[in-house]
Amino acid sequence: MNMYIQPEYEVVRDKDRCIACRVCERQCANLVHSFDAETGTMRADSGLCVNCHRCVCVCPTHALKIVKSDDTYKINANWDNQTINEVYRQANSGGVLLSSMGNPKDYPVFWDKMLINASQVTNPPIDPLREPMETQLWLGKRTVKIERDANGKLKNTLPPQLKLKVPIMFSAMSYGSISYNAHEALARAAEELGTFYNTGEGGLHKDFYKYGKNTIVQVASGRFGVHKEYLDAAAAIEIKMGQGAKPGIGGHLPGEKISADVSETRMIPQGVDAISPAPHHDIYSIEDLRQLVYSLKEATDYKKPVIVKIAAVHNCAAIASGIARSGADIIAIDGYRGGTGAAPTRIRDNVGIPIELALAQIDERLREEGIRDEVSVVVGGSVRSSADVVKAIALGADACYIGTAALLALGCHLCRSCHTGKCNWGIATQIPELVKRLNPDVGYKRLVNLVTAWNHEIQEMMGGMGINSVEALRGNRLMLRGIGLTDTELSVLGIKYAGESM
Amino acid sequence: MKRIYVNEKWCLGCHLCEYECAFANSGLTDMVKALKGKAIRPNIRVEDGNGVHFAVNCRHCSDPICVHSCIAGALSAEDGTVKIDGEKCVGCFTCVLVCPYGAILPSADGRIAQKCMLCLNNSCGEPNCVKHCINNAIVYEERG
Repeated sequence: MNMYIQPEYEVVRDKDRCIACRVCERQCANLVHSFDAETGTMRADSGLCVNCHRCVCVCPTHALKIVKSDDTYKINANWDNQTINEVYRQANSGGVLLSSMGNPKDYPVFWDKMLINASQVTNPPIDPLREPMETQLWLGKRTVKIERDANGKLKNTLPPQLKLKVPIMFSAMSYGSISYNAHEALARAAEELGTFYNTGEGGLHKDFYKYGKNTIVQVASGRFGVHKEYLDAAAAIEIKMGQGAKPGIGGHLPGEKISADVSETRMIPQGVDAISPAPHHDIYSIEDLRQLVYSLKEATDYKKPVIVKIAAVHNCAAIASGIARSGADIIAIDGYRGGTGAAPTRIRDNVGIPIELALAQIDERLREEGIRDEVSVVVGGSVRSSADVVKAIALGADACYIGTAALLALGCHLCRSCHTGKCNWGIATQIPELVKRLNPDVGYKRLVNLVTAWNHEIQEMMGGMGINSVEALRGNRLMLRGIGLTDTELSVLGIKYAGESM
Repeated sequence: MKRIYVNEKWCLGCHLCEYECAFANSGLTDMVKALKGKAIRPNIRVEDGNGVHFAVNCRHCSDPICVHSCIAGALSAEDGTVKIDGEKCVGCFTCVLVCPYGAILPSADGRIAQKCMLCLNNSCGEPNCVKHCINNAIVYEERG
């Protein structure tokens, strides 16, 4: 107990509405609520509350709300409450501060500073309900040599492709960081939507091999759960070089989360911390990366595309150019707002760059070098809506990864306490009592609904622009205009300012 | 025939169904007014123990032993629903004794028996426990 830290949020109970049904008490893994038998009333200890809103959502009489505490230190524009509390916390523990989910700081969101075009008079908009509107696409290398057989017929020399019915995939979230039920929901949703989910670096649970054709398996620096069958089961293989939430560092799954099942899937001892090193110890150059890319291709008979995922950092355009030349089929870039199950707070909040800027620069660099067709580009790291997807595609992406939005669909309330392992929504936990709170029958439908809804909106926006396929929107930066951006920002994004004509 | 089924795997033991049942059968439209400060007597009960939770209510048996045992003709089976007529019930509680699921209970005043009637007898029209289960643990569906 740290006497210096006061509750950031307060649980407020409307005593007139509370019927003391104790549902809040039974649903809080943090033991905030308790029943006082003497008075027959409920009590709450706000000091234990993480503001996950589980109790608020399950309260049948809407008697609960959680408010930001107005308790404050003397107002100081330089030393705000949180900064002071972090000092107290470290003075108390002597440790590195840990956080979860994406960077919550007040940095600019460039998605919100770009506006989308629409057709008027001279080039009519298209009604997606009446006319074809294609959101299907393929990811992979487009460059092929034209070869003919002895009879002069064209040979199929197209490298392996991933076929997506929607320009959205679920980003890498490992079994271990999220629960079995969360993985099942993602896998089933990917199957129904005709897209892909990603195992993250935690291996593939034996129950989920049946979703293999909608699965991207990850090979990360810890090499957890990587074996021949794992690679064979997947539709594509992703080499994880970096993660947007924590560029430059590895991962650390605490031993408490290594249950028997997680241990078997990851091929590591139960209860022992799983540490992913910061670098791949066999990759110190693009040439080394090329070796791993081709090792994986060799192992899977050149039948599966290989993705290389990096965090968006200052030099990512040059790195992407190297990746495109390494033999990889797809580059995935993860922006600094991307989520995580646990990361050091200082890294999450201060390292990396916005995905919008990284994407624009990478697409431009690959075009300049004439190697854009060597790879597809997938972006993630806070794609929050269908509008963000449309803007990303117009900036040059082939498709988007969504992680946080998918978890929100499963019930996550962004309390950012994943690293405690006591997720009240059954997502970021391995405690059986909590895991069962996420019924995949319900969860997968919510994911399908979300992506279906986004896809409708993408079609509407494309139709408005008079564009009838995502392929035609890709890299079409004339469809974007900046607002509230400086000249430098406009030039990095490669777009014009609102009001400037074609 | 549609029946209420409980998936033990998904029952969280939150006991919300008990309160939704009590509210549905209160005849009132405001839950606070219906339940605040009152001891509830729901027709569905969540059994808890050893990490297992299971909501139990009337199974609406195809050959209901309670109907056979009723001395007053208050219990009847109609279209797959076992119903009780409070006007006819004499409060002998033979049904309470014979029900293998413990799904029939004496009412609050102890004068007659009460049981689940799938909310067909109140303004909900559909089982309120099913409608409000937060994890789809209680379902009302057709099964072979």
